[in-house]
Amino acid sequence: MREITYLEAVREAMTQEMRRNEDVYLMGEDIGVYGGAFGVTRGMIEEFGPERIRNTPISEAAIAGAAVGSALTGMRPILEIQFSDFITIALDQIVNQAAKLRYMFGGKGKVPMVVRTPGGSGTGAAAQHSQSLEAWTVHIPGLKVVQPSTAYDAKGLLKAAIDDDNPVIFYEHKLLYKTKGHVPEEPYSIPLGKADIKREGKDVTIVATSIMVHRALEAAKELEKEGIDVEIVDPRTLVPLDEETIVRSVKKTGRVVIVHEAVKRGGIGGEIAGVIAESEAFDYLDAPIKRLGGLPVPIPYNPKLEKAAVPQVPDIIKAVKETVHFK
Amino acid sequence: MKEYKLPDSITNDKLVELYKQMWVIRYFDEKVDQFFAKGMIHGTTHLCVGQEATAAGAIAVLREEDKITSTHRGHGHCIAKGATPDRMMAELFGKATGYCKGKGGSMHIADLDKGNLGANGIVGGGIPLAVGAALTSKMKQKGYVVLCFFGDGATNEGSFHESLNLASIWKLPVVFFCENNQYGMSGSVKEMVNIENLADRAVAYGIPGKVVDGNNILEVMEVTHEAVEHARSGKGPVLIEAKTYRWKGHSKSDARKYRTREEEQEWRKKDPIKRFKEYLIDKGLLTEEKAEQLREEAFQEIEDAVKYAESSPEPAIESLLEDVYA
Repeated sequence: MREITYLEAVREAMTQEMRRNEDVYLMGEDIGVYGGAFGVTRGMIEEFGPERIRNTPISEAAIAGAAVGSALTGMRPILEIQFSDFITIALDQIVNQAAKLRYMFGGKGKVPMVVRTPGGSGTGAAAQHSQSLEAWTVHIPGLKVVQPSTAYDAKGLLKAAIDDDNPVIFYEHKLLYKTKGHVPEEPYSIPLGKADIKREGKDVTIVATSIMVHRALEAAKELEKEGIDVEIVDPRTLVPLDEETIVRSVKKTGRVVIVHEAVKRGGIGGEIAGVIAESEAFDYLDAPIKRLGGLPVPIPYNPKLEKAAVPQVPDIIKAVKETVHFK
Repeated sequence: MKEYKLPDSITNDKLVELYKQMWVIRYFDEKVDQFFAKGMIHGTTHLCVGQEATAAGAIAVLREEDKITSTHRGHGHCIAKGATPDRMMAELFGKATGYCKGKGGSMHIADLDKGNLGANGIVGGGIPLAVGAALTSKMKQKGYVVLCFFGDGATNEGSFHESLNLASIWKLPVVFFCENNQYGMSGSVKEMVNIENLADRAVAYGIPGKVVDGNNILEVMEVTHEAVEHARSGKGPVLIEAKTYRWKGHSKSDARKYRTREEEQEWRKKDPIKRFKEYLIDKGLLTEEKAEQLREEAFQEIEDAVKYAESSPEPAIESLLEDVYA
C-alpha cells in the first residue's frame, strides 16, 4: 500500500468529501493560496475555488459562528482554527452555540460541522501556540472530540467526522503532520468511539493519545528488550470514548499507564483512570493506575525546557517499569 | 400625514393585522411579567414591552423564506415570525408541548420551520450565526435574507464587529438590526459608547448604516424593507439602529436604579402601539371600536395560551438525555 503523510491524509479526506458532497466546504485563516499555516490545504483552492475554500479574516469568533449558522441551515462546514490555542476566541460559538442548539431547541436542527485544529508542543512556538486543550472540549455535552495519531486514522476519522451530524472537534498534532503511514487511496471511515490496539501485549497496558502513541510505541520497543510486553491502546476519539476496549485491555494485563501531552491536572487521563477504577477492571489491577501528563506550566520556549514539560520516551519507560515492578 | 414607502406585501389588511400582533406581543409579555411576579414560573425572562414596533415591523417586510436570529429579549420576534403563543407559553412553563419540549425556556425558543433560528442567551451570540445562515443562502443560491436582531449592548461585543466585517467582505444577505433600547442590563448607551448613533459603526465595515425611530412601526418597515432588498440583491449587509425603550426592567429582578421614573414616563408617551393606532385611524383603516375589538382578541389569545400551557404535560424524566446528539 502507498505511504502518505498524516498531513496529506487529512487533506485527502477533505478533498474526497468535497468532491463527493457539494455541501462540504472549508473555512479558515490563510487556507487559500497560502495553503494554511502548516500547508494542510495546499492546492485545495486551485481545485475547489474561493467559494468553497473560504479564506477568512482573523476573526475566530465570527468564523466559528458562521460555521455553526451555516451548518444549522444545511451546510457541512470544516473550520480550520490555525492553532488549537486560538480556539479560546471561538469557544462561545463552539460551547454555547454549536454544542447546545439542538438540545436547547428540543431536538430541532443539527450542527454538522468539524473544527480541525493542530495542537501540541515541540515546535518552539512557546506558551500561546503549543497547548493541548482537548480536555476542555471533552467536558462539553454536545461535542465529539477526535485525536488521531496516525495518517491512516486521520483520514478515516476525518471522513467519519465530516459525515457526522454533530459538531466534532478534530485535534491534529503539529509534530505528526510529516509522519508517514500506509493509507488506502479510496475513501474509508473509522467509526467515532472505536479505540485501536496499536500494539498487542500481555504485561501492561499503555493508554496513549495523539503523539504519545508514538512515544509509547518507542518505549515498548525498549521495554521488550527487558522482557516487558506492552499493550498500547489508542482511544482515537475522546468523545465518545471506547471504554470497553480500555477496560478489556486492563483486565488482561492488570496494569495500566495512561499518557497524554496535555497538562495532567484536569486532563483526559483522570477521566480514563476513573473509568477503569469504576469498572470491573478494578479487581484485576495488580498495581495502582499511573498517569503521565504535561507538567502544570505554560509551554516554555527553550527547547530543553519545552521537552521537559511534556512526557518523553524515558518518562514512559520509567513509569511502565514502576508499574510492572509494583508489588 | 407622512407617507411611507412600504412593500406591496404590506396591504391595508396586513397593517391592521400588525396592530393586533403588537397587542399579542405586549399581552404575552405582560402576562409573563405577572407570572414571574407571582412566582408561578421559575427561571428568568426578558420582556420587550414597549419595543413591539421593532419586532412586528422589521419582520413584517420579510418573505416567508427569510430567516431571523433573535436575542434573550425575543418573545416579540418569535411571535412576529409566526410562532404561536400557546406553544411559547408552554415553553415558559417548562412543558413538553413547548417549542423546546421544556428544555430551552424563555431564552432559547426557536422555530426552525418558520425560519426562526432561535433566541440566544449570549449577548451577541446570534450575530455570527446569522452570518453563517446568510452564507448558506449565498452558497446555495437560496435567495433568502437573514434578519439579525441584537441589542445596543451587543455592539460592544467582538462578535458584532467580526461579523459585520465578515458579512461585508463576502457581501452576504444579512440585515443587522440593532434594537437600541438604551440599556444593556444597567449599562446605559450613554455610558458605554462614545458615539451618538450606533449605526455609525457601519462606516467601519463599509456598509450602509441607518437610524430609525424604533417606536414608529411604519418607519421601521420602510427602512427594513429597503435594507432587506439591498441585501437580497447581492449588495451586502446593512446595519439598522432602531431607537426604542424597554418599559420593564432588564429581567425579573431589576429595581431599575440606573434610570429615573421621569425618563420612563417620557418614553411611555411614545408608546408604539398608541402611535400606530392613531395613524391607522387617521388613514381610515381602523375605528376606535375595531381597535378595541382587536385588542380584546389579542388579550383572549394570550388567555387561551395560558390555559394550553397550564393543561400541558410536564416532560418525562426519561427525556432528559434525549437530543444531546443528533
